[in-house]
Amino acid sequence: MRGKRSVPAYLSLMPFFAAFAIFMMLPILFTLGIAFTDWKGIGKFHFVGTQNFQYLLGDPLFWKSLLNTVVIGIMATVPCLVLATLVALGLNSTVRFSNTYRVAYLIPNITSLVAMGILFSSIFSSNFGIANALLNWIGLSPIRWMQTEWGIKVAISTLSCWSFVGYNSLLILAGLQSIDKQVYEAAHLDGAGPVRTFFSITLPLLRPIVIFVTIMSTIGSLQSFTEAQVMTSSQTSGSANAGGVGNSGLTMVLYFYSVAFQENRYGYGATIAWGVMIVVVIGTIINWYVTKERS
Amino acid sequence: MGAALSGSRPGASHTEAWMSMRRRPVRKLVPQIVKHLLLLLGALISIFPLYWMFVLSTHDSSAIYKFPPPLVPGGGAAANFNRVLSTVNVWAAMGNTTFVAVSVTVLVVLIDSMAAFSFAKYSFRGRNLLFGIVMATFLLPSQLATIPQFLMMTKLGWVGQLKAVIFPSLAGAFGIFWLRQYFMNSVQTEVLEASIMDGCGFFRQYWNVALPSARGAVSFLAIFTFIGSWNDFMWPLIVLNDPNRLTLQVVLSQLQTAHGTDYGMLMMGALIAVLPLILIFIAGARQFIAGLTEGAVR
Repeated sequence: MRGKRSVPAYLSLMPFFAAFAIFMMLPILFTLGIAFTDWKGIGKFHFVGTQNFQYLLGDPLFWKSLLNTVVIGIMATVPCLVLATLVALGLNSTVRFSNTYRVAYLIPNITSLVAMGILFSSIFSSNFGIANALLNWIGLSPIRWMQTEWGIKVAISTLSCWSFVGYNSLLILAGLQSIDKQVYEAAHLDGAGPVRTFFSITLPLLRPIVIFVTIMSTIGSLQSFTEAQVMTSSQTSGSANAGGVGNSGLTMVLYFYSVAFQENRYGYGATIAWGVMIVVVIGTIINWYVTKERS
Repeated sequence: MGAALSGSRPGASHTEAWMSMRRRPVRKLVPQIVKHLLLLLGALISIFPLYWMFVLSTHDSSAIYKFPPPLVPGGGAAANFNRVLSTVNVWAAMGNTTFVAVSVTVLVVLIDSMAAFSFAKYSFRGRNLLFGIVMATFLLPSQLATIPQFLMMTKLGWVGQLKAVIFPSLAGAFGIFWLRQYFMNSVQTEVLEASIMDGCGFFRQYWNVALPSARGAVSFLAIFTFIGSWNDFMWPLIVLNDPNRLTLQVVLSQLQTAHGTDYGMLMMGALIAVLPLILIFIAGARQFIAGLTEGAVR
């Protein structure tokens, strides 16, 4: 359908591309420009060359936020994917109540992270809360979760993991259900047990969806903001104090937010945004290769 | 919405389940029960935080310091509710959030479905280039655009207004990506050509042929967009500053910063913020789950 008919096609693309150009393309290009200035929100743009980028490379807080993001991301994503696979396997062979289960498992994912962040900071409260009640119940002494470097990370990653298990399990379930049943029958006839069947048949056939889920989880966790912001916010004002005790909950995007929108250092904030982008690209590539190698 | 969406296979899965249970020997029943118990346990862990939020919202703030912590609802709901109402303008926030989420959803569905239809079914000069640009920005972190967006809103004088939240949401590419796939596979070119013979212009092809055949995918996009917009936090936190024009998430985070230890009130506020969305989700859950799994295996 060429020729004259392409006019309405262009017209139909206009609303989207207008929004896309104004609110996405131009801002992204502009961020690159601002990153070379020391702009603080008022006054003229003052070009400072690559000064911000040099500062970023030597900025201990940026590296700390990168390390925090990766550690929290791994602590959240790995258990989340394992649990999601188990839930998916359970749901795959279940016919009764399967829709009720799916709704129950998806509810954490649609619940606002702000609301859940507030709730989880009470669950991991130092003086009370369910987490310490559980520890007490099995005979361990309570932990001052939000006052220790690892406690904060555990609290944040538990929230991330909890909110994504159901979502990921439904994606994996979709992959499981696209596997041909005859493959399993053949394996069964060959005398393969359930564990062996899982590792030598199910997992390899699930690879495409596992790669997809892993990459999406990685990209998401490298940009995590809300959990850390809400759970460490009571002490926060400015980047030096952001992310709770010892900045141990400071993620890259939380650092970006504090520098740009709490301290109004827009020039350096824009540089951090580019840093986040480079990390996301590298993270995606690493993920791609790691999951590819396993064939 | 629920009734219309759930009509696809009435009772089919139940009959199948019942038949297979009858055929199954008794010794297979035990693993079945164990599996259901585990799934049930997982589902309870999934829902427990919400339940606990509800429990805490019905207790006085001091209850949270008790040991063991309260596990059943108490009698403080009304007091907490009144304290939320007297501290923040929660009804205004709910109205604002609804207005933003509905506007974003309607606009995104219309704009994206129209563009996706063109990308899927029309060939025109620059199509691949345009689609390539959209897809290239799809995976970029959104923070790359945030600072200039804020600068733009300042220049336009939109800071503090709800339109500053609505319009940037229209630049997301997910809907295009999602619906283009669907239109390519589900709208048959022959049907479109027949409709052209009948004198249908672009708009009627889109409105009368393409949209009706993609009802499932469009519903999923609508629910997905609505949820995302309702829960959006970072950008509203940055750009909204008028106490009467805040969204629920921003109000909640302000409540927490200002009254961080009043857990009874905080949990009541959080409950008010999540409850409408959960009800909407349960009503549209079937469609949402079908869409989610359909898109994943494609």
